[in-house]
Amino acid sequence: MDMELEAYLRPPEMDMPPYPAKVITLATGGKLVVRQVNRDAVPRLLQAVRPTLEVPRDYYDIVGVRLYAELLGWYRYRVRDEFCLIGQIDGLLVGIVNTRAYSPEVDISLHTLAIERGLRIGAHLFAAKMEYSIEYCGREEVLITAESPIGFRRWMIEYDLEKREGQHELGGATPYALTRDLYYRNKERLVAGERPVPEELMQVAEREIIIASEEDILEKILGAKRRIVQ
Amino acid sequence: MRPVVVAGAGMIPFERRDEDTLVDMMAVASLKAMDDAGLGDRAVDAVYVGNMASGLFNHQVSVASALVDRLSLMPAAADRIENGPASGGSAMKNGFLAVASGYADVVLVVGGEKMREVIGPKATDIVAAMTHPQAEYIYGVTLPALAGLFTRLYMEKYGVTREHLTMVAIKNQENGLLNPYAHIRMKITMEGVLKHPQAHINSPVVADPLHLYDCCPVSDGSAAVLLTTEEIAKDLKKPIVTIDGVGQATDTHTVHERSDPTELKAVIESSKKAFSMANAKPKDVDVAELHDAFTVLEIAESEQAGFFPLGEGAKALERGDTRIGGKLPINPSGGLKARGHPVGATGVAQIVELTWQLRGEAGERQVKKAKTGFSLNFGGFGNNVLAFVMRRKS
Repeated sequence: MDMELEAYLRPPEMDMPPYPAKVITLATGGKLVVRQVNRDAVPRLLQAVRPTLEVPRDYYDIVGVRLYAELLGWYRYRVRDEFCLIGQIDGLLVGIVNTRAYSPEVDISLHTLAIERGLRIGAHLFAAKMEYSIEYCGREEVLITAESPIGFRRWMIEYDLEKREGQHELGGATPYALTRDLYYRNKERLVAGERPVPEELMQVAEREIIIASEEDILEKILGAKRRIVQ
Repeated sequence: MRPVVVAGAGMIPFERRDEDTLVDMMAVASLKAMDDAGLGDRAVDAVYVGNMASGLFNHQVSVASALVDRLSLMPAAADRIENGPASGGSAMKNGFLAVASGYADVVLVVGGEKMREVIGPKATDIVAAMTHPQAEYIYGVTLPALAGLFTRLYMEKYGVTREHLTMVAIKNQENGLLNPYAHIRMKITMEGVLKHPQAHINSPVVADPLHLYDCCPVSDGSAAVLLTTEEIAKDLKKPIVTIDGVGQATDTHTVHERSDPTELKAVIESSKKAFSMANAKPKDVDVAELHDAFTVLEIAESEQAGFFPLGEGAKALERGDTRIGGKLPINPSGGLKARGHPVGATGVAQIVELTWQLRGEAGERQVKKAKTGFSLNFGGFGNNVLAFVMRRKS
């Protein structure tokens, strides 16, 4: 690789503080470890995103394709100031979220992909990335949009977001903002997690990001219909 | 009256079924029931369809006529029966009466609802259309809201706690894991939905004191049974299951007009009628399917249908009496809480489950030696209730 030319292509990056991992107790009693990953994890994460690319249900295809591109772009230094958090249960990857810093004051929320459904995994991970932007990076607000009705309900309504003029980075979609004030107003109700993560849980999470089989991922996303008695 | 046999039973998995129309779902459940009966080319004389609100959910009415055409059952008589969430039970009653009276020899009863075509708040609003328009609905009443008020009163009067409510949810979701037709197939824990300091984030308040996991899901689905006479059923290879008792009763439209809102008079009366017709008593029942749209209802119905004294339902739950393997397993299917609640389908799905239980075909959730079953389909907020007693013939 010609690093001289590459240096022109790579974006400059801001320093971002580390996100301390946390553990969330789910409705099942299971423990969801939420932690930050770096670029090295991206090839593994893409394996989990790939099965979603042709699933129109709940716009998984759009979210999957875009997340795939964002993660790949980050991995190959073509996206600026992106961060990625993942959720794992017993090492198994159950969700991915990512965001990009726009300025020292504003972050742009990109995507939330829940692989395990019905456990508020997406909601917990979305809350975690808001926590990172507001509490750890010190942003004044996060710009957000939704590409699915579920996303709209989950983010826009649950957090009572403020509408903004202009466009979100993901296209012409209407942007909304989670302000610092809104975040703290909703934190007790929506942001879960305990720190530090017990050592044994953290070790399991860091040992390997386990990816479910393509069939399992599709079953989780599509629901019971694929598996039975029809 | 002639004895009425459930010759065939079938259903489709309850869940969100984006790809299917309401009539598609009902047709598949019907074909399963007809295949299960094995009556060959014998004509179906009449079709009764339980459906609450296809006009509002799906912009389609006259669904019984559409179903008969889809199944090529013409010239069978066909009616859609609307009775709120007890529509399925009412369709069952009409099918029962048609066979029992001699009006028809072979009757198809189908329950179906496709609710997920609209978003959750809209579905809640459509279901709330059954409340009193001037005295309840205009003030924002929904079924979860009524259930929340009822639950608070029941807790104060009988000492039911949020732990008890959660025990119902845990039990029924465990049962749902054993039922391949269940919408919710996920084990939950007391810690995860109640005890953990952050459990309120997993199970937020819906209508205090009811939280998310106290409420049934909004589902799409359909269930069907084929009813016939003992004479026609005598050559069938399956064990004979009969509907021996049917009871229906009503109560005031508005809940606040009841002298004691915790007393579910329509549950009490419909159950008494069903037991009386069947010449049975609650103690004879081996398995029950109750209408647990909200967890508190399983406890209240288990008392007011006559299985436990008032105030004892929660204690029976604590003892494990209502688990599979307990003295009186309640909702081995997972109930509305886990199997799901496509409103018009529920009353028929309960009969399907009891048929499978009484035949010994319920798989991992089979209640051992079940010979007598009971179901309760609760319409409105208890203003129109149907009860059924079923038996396996030796």
